[in-house]
Amino acid sequence: MGERYAAGMPANAWNWVAVWRRNYLGWKKIGLASVLGNLADPMIYLFGLGFGIGTMIGPVEGTSYIAFLAAGMVATSAMASATAETVYGSFGRMGDQRTWEGMLCTQLTLGDILLGELAWAATKALMAGTAITIVATTLGYASWPSILCLLPVIALSGLAFASLAMVVTALAPSYEYFIFYNTLVITPMLFLCGAMFPVNQLPGAFQDVASLLPLAHAIDLIRPAMLGRPAGSMGLHIGALCIYTVLPFFLSVALFRRRLMR
Amino acid sequence: MVAIDLTDVSKTYDKLVVDRLSFRVAAGECFGLLGPNGAGKSTIARMVLGMTSPDAGKITVLGVPVPARARLARMRIGVVPQFDNLDTTFTVRENLLVFGRYFRMSRRQIDAVIPSLLEFARLENKADARVAELSGGMKRRLTLARALINDPHLLVMDEPTTGLDPQARHLIWERLRSLLARGKTILLTTHFMEEAERLCDRLCVMEEGRKIAEGRPSALIDEQIGCDVVEVYGGNPHELGALIRPYAQRIEVSGETLFCYAPDPEQVLAQLRGRAGLRLLQRPPNLEDVFLRLTGREMED
Repeated sequence: MGERYAAGMPANAWNWVAVWRRNYLGWKKIGLASVLGNLADPMIYLFGLGFGIGTMIGPVEGTSYIAFLAAGMVATSAMASATAETVYGSFGRMGDQRTWEGMLCTQLTLGDILLGELAWAATKALMAGTAITIVATTLGYASWPSILCLLPVIALSGLAFASLAMVVTALAPSYEYFIFYNTLVITPMLFLCGAMFPVNQLPGAFQDVASLLPLAHAIDLIRPAMLGRPAGSMGLHIGALCIYTVLPFFLSVALFRRRLMR
Repeated sequence: MVAIDLTDVSKTYDKLVVDRLSFRVAAGECFGLLGPNGAGKSTIARMVLGMTSPDAGKITVLGVPVPARARLARMRIGVVPQFDNLDTTFTVRENLLVFGRYFRMSRRQIDAVIPSLLEFARLENKADARVAELSGGMKRRLTLARALINDPHLLVMDEPTTGLDPQARHLIWERLRSLLARGKTILLTTHFMEEAERLCDRLCVMEEGRKIAEGRPSALIDEQIGCDVVEVYGGNPHELGALIRPYAQRIEVSGETLFCYAPDPEQVLAQLRGRAGLRLLQRPPNLEDVFLRLTGREMED
């Protein structure tokens, strides 16, 4: 059993690139539409809430509300696009499109495929998060040099959210089940993790829950960087996102093995 | 050299699908797994590729233990799956490019083999067509070309011509024979008797996960049947059966058709000629007859 599980692990450190490149080739054909689709939602939130609510309330944590919100929307867009790519894109390539079936006939292992899919979802998160960052920076809500620190953080956040969503993908019998993940996990995180208002507005118990959630760690890294403030406990936040990347990955290899290779 | 070696392999899902099966495929041989749907053929193909593990028994493919080191074996295997899994939004050329990368081939290596693969698949003029625009036969040929991108020693084909029209099927058969002439080894699953008879050097005839016969197609036909067949359509098969029994070696009734195996078919035909409403067909025996003889039923499509 252990030996068979090991055979499903990534064969080496570079096999996944072929899977990533396949997805990139597919994306290139519809790239622009896909980017616009990913951007629309967080952009609407940023301007709608930022200007709408922002004019009614004073500064939040020492900055304008829209500048506070911008970091939340960068993290949220990374979460949303990594999740969508995994639960819809990867699920389709595993199921109806039979793409994984073809890959499994080559020297690629299940782990290689999953790694390539996660890297691809993280890439899409990076594209969406960076686009929002550029818009926010152009409007003066962040400094241009901060983008350089933000890129790896957005990519890591994308990887963590993709990895979590991959577990859901491995368990879901059909597309319909992803609505549960969205309404029970993703949307509550949006409100618990300080994306739209500071976490300290929440009752104590909720704050404790929030401190465990990946979106909170992503925001705690992104917001100080965008506002040009020193970030506290960076090691903790990065470590937490790494754990959210690695553990679900091993779990999803086992789950997909049971699902596809029984 | 042995390309595939299965020893006492069993696999159970909800029920037993492969039952202590053993066979060996020599290098350069076309070996067929012949049987109706549900006989366990696809499961065996998946086990040979290491995509599912046997519950018992031992599998060696191209000298490598499977599933433990299946990835190593798959480097030298080409697969034609039962259902097309091409990237339909990609062009023909892109499909080959992407698949070559799965085998760690460089762009230059892939570009070097694409022209010969397109020629092999008779898709020279379709290189930049999207897969969605191809006919069923073209898609199958592209799948076949794709399976050859890593220059495999062994090809595993699961029902390669199912769902194709006869013309497209014949072209695939012709292409497969040219691969055999080049020394490739083929493991082929099929429920087409004609396909098995035309292509396979040796066959394993399967029913419900068990091997019920193994050998060269001609030898199986000679051993099991060994005489001409008269097929009788129409009339009451049982009544007619009684009439011609004295002249027949054996009689099988399947549905509305009566199969009469007769060393001297003329005598059988003489008994039946002139009877109204009968259609008679005399023909040499084939694998269909072998299957009918061994299982008592026809292999439905």
